[in-house]
Amino acid sequence: MERKKITVAITGLNNIDSPGPGMPVARGIKESSYFDTRVVGLAYDHLEPGIYMKEWVDKTYMIPYPSKGKEALFERIKEIQAKENLDFIIPNFDAELFSFIKLENQINQLGIKTFLPTLEQFEERHKSNLPEYGKKYGVNVPKSEEAFSMNDLANILRSYTYPVMVKGKYYDAYKAYSLEQAQAYFSKLSAKWGYPVIVQEYIDGTEVNVIALGDGKGNVISAVAMRKQYITDKGKAWGGVTIADDSMLELTHKIISQTKWRGGMELELIRTTDSKLYILEINPRIPAWVYLAVGAGQNLPEALVKLALGMEVRPFTSYDIGKMFIRYSWDMIVDIDMFSKLVTSGEL
Amino acid sequence: MKINQSIAISENGFVFNPITGDSFTLNNTGIQILTMLKSGKTIDDIKEVIAEEYDVDDLVLERYLQDFFSDLKLNSLITEG
Amino acid sequence: MEKKIFERPTITRLTPGMPSKHGVGTAVAPVQFIDGLKVDDLLEKYGSPLYIFSESVIRKNIQDLKQAFTVRYPKVQVAWSYKTNYLDAICRIFHQEGSWAEVVSGFEYEKARLNGVQGEHIIFNGPGKTEAELLKAAQEGAYIHIDHFDELFLLARVCQKNDVTARVAIRVNMDVGIYPKWDRFGFNYENGEAWDAINRIMANPQLKLMGLHTHIGTYIMTADAYRIAASKLSELAASIAQKFNHFIAYIDMGGGFASRNTLRGAYLSGEDTALSFDDYADAITSAVINSQIKPDKLPTIILETGRAIIDDAGNIAGTVIANKRLTDGRRALIVDVGVNLLFTSFWYDHKINPTQPHSGLLEETVIYGPLCMNIDVIRPSLMFPPLKVGEHFVISRTGAYNNTQWMQFITTRPNIILIDTDRQTHVIRKAETIDNIVSNESVPDHLSK
Repeated sequence: MERKKITVAITGLNNIDSPGPGMPVARGIKESSYFDTRVVGLAYDHLEPGIYMKEWVDKTYMIPYPSKGKEALFERIKEIQAKENLDFIIPNFDAELFSFIKLENQINQLGIKTFLPTLEQFEERHKSNLPEYGKKYGVNVPKSEEAFSMNDLANILRSYTYPVMVKGKYYDAYKAYSLEQAQAYFSKLSAKWGYPVIVQEYIDGTEVNVIALGDGKGNVISAVAMRKQYITDKGKAWGGVTIADDSMLELTHKIISQTKWRGGMELELIRTTDSKLYILEINPRIPAWVYLAVGAGQNLPEALVKLALGMEVRPFTSYDIGKMFIRYSWDMIVDIDMFSKLVTSGEL
Repeated sequence: MKINQSIAISENGFVFNPITGDSFTLNNTGIQILTMLKSGKTIDDIKEVIAEEYDVDDLVLERYLQDFFSDLKLNSLITEG
Repeated sequence: MEKKIFERPTITRLTPGMPSKHGVGTAVAPVQFIDGLKVDDLLEKYGSPLYIFSESVIRKNIQDLKQAFTVRYPKVQVAWSYKTNYLDAICRIFHQEGSWAEVVSGFEYEKARLNGVQGEHIIFNGPGKTEAELLKAAQEGAYIHIDHFDELFLLARVCQKNDVTARVAIRVNMDVGIYPKWDRFGFNYENGEAWDAINRIMANPQLKLMGLHTHIGTYIMTADAYRIAASKLSELAASIAQKFNHFIAYIDMGGGFASRNTLRGAYLSGEDTALSFDDYADAITSAVINSQIKPDKLPTIILETGRAIIDDAGNIAGTVIANKRLTDGRRALIVDVGVNLLFTSFWYDHKINPTQPHSGLLEETVIYGPLCMNIDVIRPSLMFPPLKVGEHFVISRTGAYNNTQWMQFITTRPNIILIDTDRQTHVIRKAETIDNIVSNESVPDHLSK
C-alpha cells in the first residue's frame, strides 16, 4: 500500500533522565503503515537529544520558551510553516499547552491541524482543581490544597499527616516528612514553576497509569493500563508492564466520556491496599512511555494523526498483556559542527 | 595580549575553545574583532578598522573594546602578555 | 560612505537551558515609536527619564470596558479609581468618557471636585474618612461607602448633629474562593456582619442605603471569583428587597481586573494569561441577571476598574547610564529609571525594549536604577541586547500606581507628557525643581546662620 506523505511537528525531544514524550511519539508515527512522515522537531534547548537523532527527527527548529509569551511562539511557527508546510503539530509539554490551546485557531489558519483539549478541559484537570474535579465526575482524588506562601503552607499542613506530597504547578513532586522539608520543597517549586504550590495527601499503594486517547466526542480511541516496575529518583517510570485491569479502563472510559476529552492523556493512579483507585494527576498530553502502547498493539500516535487529519478511526479494543518496556540510555556521538549550526542558525 | 590560537570561530559567530570545551556566540561586531585578533592584528590596528567602518568616537570605542577584552580574558580566550 | 551603527561587541557563553536568539523570537523588538512619535525625539525634547501617556489608548480602554458590559447589561457606570492615577489630565479624560470618580481619601475627594466632578458622582471609599470629610461628602450627596461599624456610628452622629442625610452603601468582604482573602476592608458576608450593618442602616432615617459594594482583591485572574462575588451581593440585595421592600440603586463590583503585565513569580507571560473584559463582564452580569433580583429592579453595576484601563496607556522612557559586569559574570545595566519612579517593578517583570534595532544576540542582564540603594532593581534577570551608554529604552505598561505611589527619594521627579489623539504632546506635570521640594520646609532661627 502506498503510504500517505505528511509532515508532523513535535515538541519534547528531551529524552533525558526525566524524558519528554517527543521521541516515542516520533517513533510511533515513523513506524506507521499508513503514513510516510517527515518529522519536524521543535526544541527549546540546544542539547535536547532528539535534535541529533536523525533517524527519527528529520529536521529541528528552536522555538521560544512558553514564558516568552504566545505571540513570540506564533511568529516562530509562521517562519517554520513557510519552510515546512506542516500538516499537524503535537505539543508534548504541559507548560506549553496553554499557549498552543490559545493559539489553536491561528495555527489552524496557517493550514496546520491540531488535536488539543479545550481550555476548559485543560484548566479543570489542573492539580489545584483536582478536589473539585473529583466531586464533579464522581472519582476518588486525594485531599489537596493550594499554597501561595510559607504561611499558607504551614497553615494547610496543620490538617495533614506526614508524609505529604508537595507538587509544582506544572511539574515535579516531592514527598515531605516534616514541615521543614515541605518548606524547602515549597521554595524550590515556587521558584521554578511559580504559584501555587500544591499540597496533597499522601496515599499509600501501588502506582499504576493509563495512557489514553479521546476523540473529543466522548469516545475512547485507545487506552492501555500499565504498572510501573522501576521508578527513578525523579519519580519517572524506568520500566513498566501492561496489565489487564478492567477497573482502570472503566475509570478511563468514565472520565473521557464525561469530559469529552480531546487528544492524548495520562491518568496517574494509586491502587490502595483495599483496592480503591485514586487519581493523583491527569496529564493533558501523551506520556513518555507511549511506546509501550505501540509495542502492545495500540499505535496511539498514529491514531492521533488520523484523528487530526479527519480520518475515520476505529477504537482499539485490546492490547497485549505482559508487554514490558525497559528504558535505557545511549551515548550518541555528535560533531560540534552540528551543535554550532543549531546555535547560530536556530535549525538543524 | 595573546589569543589562544586553537579556538575556532565560525563565520556565523560560533566560538569553540578546544582546551576548555566551552562554546560561545558572538554578535556581529564581536565576530569582526575576534577574527582580526586571531589573524594577528594589534589592538591599534583593530581600533583603526572599526573607527573607519563605524560611527563611533574614540572614547566609546576604547570603553567597549576594553569591556570585550575583559570578557575574552574572563573566558580564557586571550591571555595577558 | 555612510558609517555603520556601532554595536557593543559581545561574547556569550553557551549554557544548557539558555535561550538563543531563535528561542526568544520578537520579545525584545525595538519600540521606536509611541503613538507615531519617535521616542528618541521625545526624550531629546522633554529630557530623560520621561513618563509618556497615550490619550488614544486610554479612550480605547475605557470604551472597550464599557462596551463589554453594556452589550450584556442595561445599566453600567464606571467610576475612575483616583488612587491608580490621579494626574488631573488623566482623570479628566476618564470624566470626559463619562466616568464618575472613586476616591479613598479627603485629598482625592478634593481633587475630584477640582476636576469638576459633582458630589453625586463621587464614590467615597476607604477605611479612614474623617468627621469633616464625612460631613462634606454627605452634604454634597456623594456615595459614602461605609467600611466598618465605627464609621457607621460616626456617620450617624455626624448626620444627627448637622441634620443632614447621607447616601450610603456598605463594603462587603466575602469568600470567593481565591487567595488572599481580603477581609480587612468592609463587613463580612459569611458571618452575618454585612446583614447586621444593613439592618442598622435601614433603621436610621438619616442614612439612605443606595448600594452594595465589594472589592475582592487585586490582579484577579479568574472570572469565577467575580461571578461568586456578584451573586453574593445580589442575594443580599434580594434579601433587602424582601425584608424592607427597598430596592438598592447599584451594585459596585470594585476593581481588581488584571492588566497584561507579568507578575513576578508567574511562569507564563501576563499577555497570555490576562482575562479579557468580556470574560469579567460575562461572569458579573450573568450572576446579577440570574439572581433573585426582579428584572425590573435590576441595579446599576458600578465598576471601579483602574489598573486594567490605564496600565498600558503609560510608558517610561529612559537612558542607559552605565554597563557593568558583576562578579558572577552577569551583565548589569544601570539606567536612569529607578524604583522611585517605577514602584511597580517590585511586583511586575516589566517589559523593557530598546528604542533602536539590534543584531539579535542577547545576554542575561540585571537592570538597576540609579539610586544609591540596594533594592533599586528594575529587572533582576532578563535576556537583553547589549545597549551602550546613552542609548534609550522604553518600559511599557507603567500607567497604574506609578504616579501615585512614587517616591521623592534623593532626586526630583521628571516630566510627564500626554500624547493626544492628534499626536500633539502636552506636559501634564512639569519636572519638579528643588524649590518645589524645599518650599514647604523651614529652618529654625538657631540653625539659619
